[in-house]
Amino acid sequence: MSDVLVFQSASLDAGTAEASRVRPLSSAAKGERGVIVQVGGVTGATEAIHADELERRLLEMGFVEGAVIEVLHEGAFGRDPIALRVDDMRVALRRREAAAVSVRFDGIKP
Amino acid sequence: MTDAVLPPARVALVGNPNSGKTALFNALTGSRQKVANYAGVTVERKEGVLTTPGGRIVHILDLPGTYSLRARSPDEAVTRDAVLGRLAGEVAPDVLICVADATNLRLVLRLALELKAVGRPFVLALNMYDIAQRQGLRIDLEQLSREIGAPIVTTVATRKRGIEDLVRQVDQLSLGATPSDSVWHEPSAAEIRDAHREAQRIVKACVRPAERPDTLTGKIDGVLLHPVFGLLILLALLFVMFQAVFTWAAPLMELVDAGFSGLAQLVATVLPPGLLASFIGDGLIAGVGSVLVFLPQILILFFFILLLEDSGYMARAAFLMDKIMGGAGLHGRAFIPLLSSFACAIPGIMSTRVIDNKHDRLTTILVAPLMTCSARIPVYTLIIGAFIPQQTVWGVLSLQGLVMFGLYAAGIVSALLVSFVIRRVFWRGTVEPFMMELPTYRWPEARNVLMNLWTRVRIFLSRAGRIILPLMVLIWALSTFPYPPPGAPGPAIDYSIAGRLGHLLQPLLAPIGFNWQMTVALIPGMAAREVAVAALGTVYAVGDPNGGTVALASALQSQWSLATALSFLAWYVFAPQCVATLAVVKRETNGWLWPTVMFVYMVALAYLASLVVYHVAVALGGG
Ligand SMILES: Nc1nc2c(ncn2[C@@H]2O[C@H](COP(=O)(O)OP(=O)(O)OP(=O)(O)O)[C@@H](O)[C@H]2O)c(=O)[nH]1
Ligand SMILES: [Mg+2]
Repeated sequence: MSDVLVFQSASLDAGTAEASRVRPLSSAAKGERGVIVQVGGVTGATEAIHADELERRLLEMGFVEGAVIEVLHEGAFGRDPIALRVDDMRVALRRREAAAVSVRFDGIKP
Repeated sequence: MTDAVLPPARVALVGNPNSGKTALFNALTGSRQKVANYAGVTVERKEGVLTTPGGRIVHILDLPGTYSLRARSPDEAVTRDAVLGRLAGEVAPDVLICVADATNLRLVLRLALELKAVGRPFVLALNMYDIAQRQGLRIDLEQLSREIGAPIVTTVATRKRGIEDLVRQVDQLSLGATPSDSVWHEPSAAEIRDAHREAQRIVKACVRPAERPDTLTGKIDGVLLHPVFGLLILLALLFVMFQAVFTWAAPLMELVDAGFSGLAQLVATVLPPGLLASFIGDGLIAGVGSVLVFLPQILILFFFILLLEDSGYMARAAFLMDKIMGGAGLHGRAFIPLLSSFACAIPGIMSTRVIDNKHDRLTTILVAPLMTCSARIPVYTLIIGAFIPQQTVWGVLSLQGLVMFGLYAAGIVSALLVSFVIRRVFWRGTVEPFMMELPTYRWPEARNVLMNLWTRVRIFLSRAGRIILPLMVLIWALSTFPYPPPGAPGPAIDYSIAGRLGHLLQPLLAPIGFNWQMTVALIPGMAAREVAVAALGTVYAVGDPNGGTVALASALQSQWSLATALSFLAWYVFAPQCVATLAVVKRETNGWLWPTVMFVYMVALAYLASLVVYHVAVALGGG
């Protein structure tokens, strides 16, 4: 009985730890790496174009679930825009659009 | 089959931006369309022709690059419509060449899967294969071909490698494969995800990662995209560019200038004084020659711009400037059109087609002519050379170069301000997303740079021949005829049509310190900015009692005040003295409204700026 409980709480911990490492790409700092877990589905990220349209544009540029991401550079003013490596290509993006991408970060490049 | 005369085939090049479609197009057809290392170089369809070894004619279509047929901006719409055969008077191409950057396959494979739905047979051209090989990238071509269900050809467009192979495949496909009907529709987000998954699977199965991936680009970016050094380097680059335009060109210009003076002397000594001598000396040599002198400067400017475009730096500059551009309400992709406008506003305005949002695009079009185009160089150089002393500031910088830089800065700052006002007053809200690929750095190809410079020389000379020359003949005639009545006091030119017109209109421009000669020069100067220089050359040469052998700069020195000269410079920062620009704005916006708005606001700004500059300068003692 207690074994099961321990097991459950452990997996819960792992779950929250896991969740805490998932943040919008817009909050990323230079050098952070991770894997995209979700594209779109974030409301209020942008007013200019429809959320669905933004989602498709991001997908077409290679921001797709499972893609490996690294923040290469940040702009000089307000650390915006950001330059990223998305799998094999380099892309620049404003943080405002980056808010529509959720990333599970797994560390900083040494 | 082979004996019969085969109907011509129609082929279109499709692919991601910057994958080498235009380079391939040039290699296939022997054309010289613009190739450069950033996304969005090609913005319209271009057609070329090749003949296969079998004697068959193939029409090749070069198209703007895109990530998806789901077009978002005017240039991508061209690609979509051409591929689907929706363009007026055009049928869908028989065969598509899907051009891929072999070092980055995933995105283009997704596009290729989308192209399958179009139902046209296609061949996948794995371009930049030289780079793939250098990086030790292993691609299983046979399996890849099986997976996507299309033949594959490896190419190196810039070295013309793989071209025969490609032509052979296209030829075979256009005869063998039967096109099916298009079942393409705009993919939904879910469909794009599925296609990505499929593309990813194919890449995993067919491509072994590079053994020696490119690390150089990352290292260079570490410096060039550094928040502090990156900006300093960008500023320094622009500064060196404008200083160079001024200082490096000087010896060459003196040479050309000496040539024309010698020619004028020769004409004056060989020909008897009279109409013919005046026509050749004042009209042709003083007029057209005064503009040709500036060829070295314009070439130096283009040389710098070509290096920036070919190396891959353009996208970095756009990255660094994005926040400032965004603050002024400009779209992130507006930077490259604006930077191109340093060369000429016309290609700059055309390249705004990469901007998806209509208002963003219009704003960029409206401010593009404020960027200092190369046609302003003759005007600026002439006035600066005549009125700004040749001094060195802080030991290294030339004062003249500094003033030149100031004029460029004035153009940039006013473009930002105008766009800020437009976005605050007229079109509030909407800021479009900014996503841009940062291409791999490449060493600029000497051949490409030289070829482009040569193209510039040809354009410049043909402009001189087609626009400036006839206008100068006209100006010469207008300022020569009619002759003054016998015994009339004052210079003869006062009695000519140009003289009378100048005197008539001069009161309009008197408040900003312009004399009648300048007024006259501005009228043909509407055709193109440098024409004003040529017109001043002719008007002062005809009006010169000594037969017009004095250089234009010294004529101006003796006749203009400093305040007038500065006011003239201020005028040229803003004035819309270029019909070709207005015409292109009309074409790009489908109507007279926007060229009219542009004309009015630019004239108003020019007048205002000249007024302020003139009166401040007079107040400070420059009158
Ligand atoms: N090393 C190498 N460079 C290439 C090759 N093909 C093209 N390039 C370079 O790649 C860059 C892009 O070439 P373009 O032909 O302008 O590309 P594009 O696909 O027409 O680009 P857009 O018109 O912007 O869509 C240029 O700098 C070319 O010199 C190649 O096979 N090998
Ligand atoms: Mg192109």
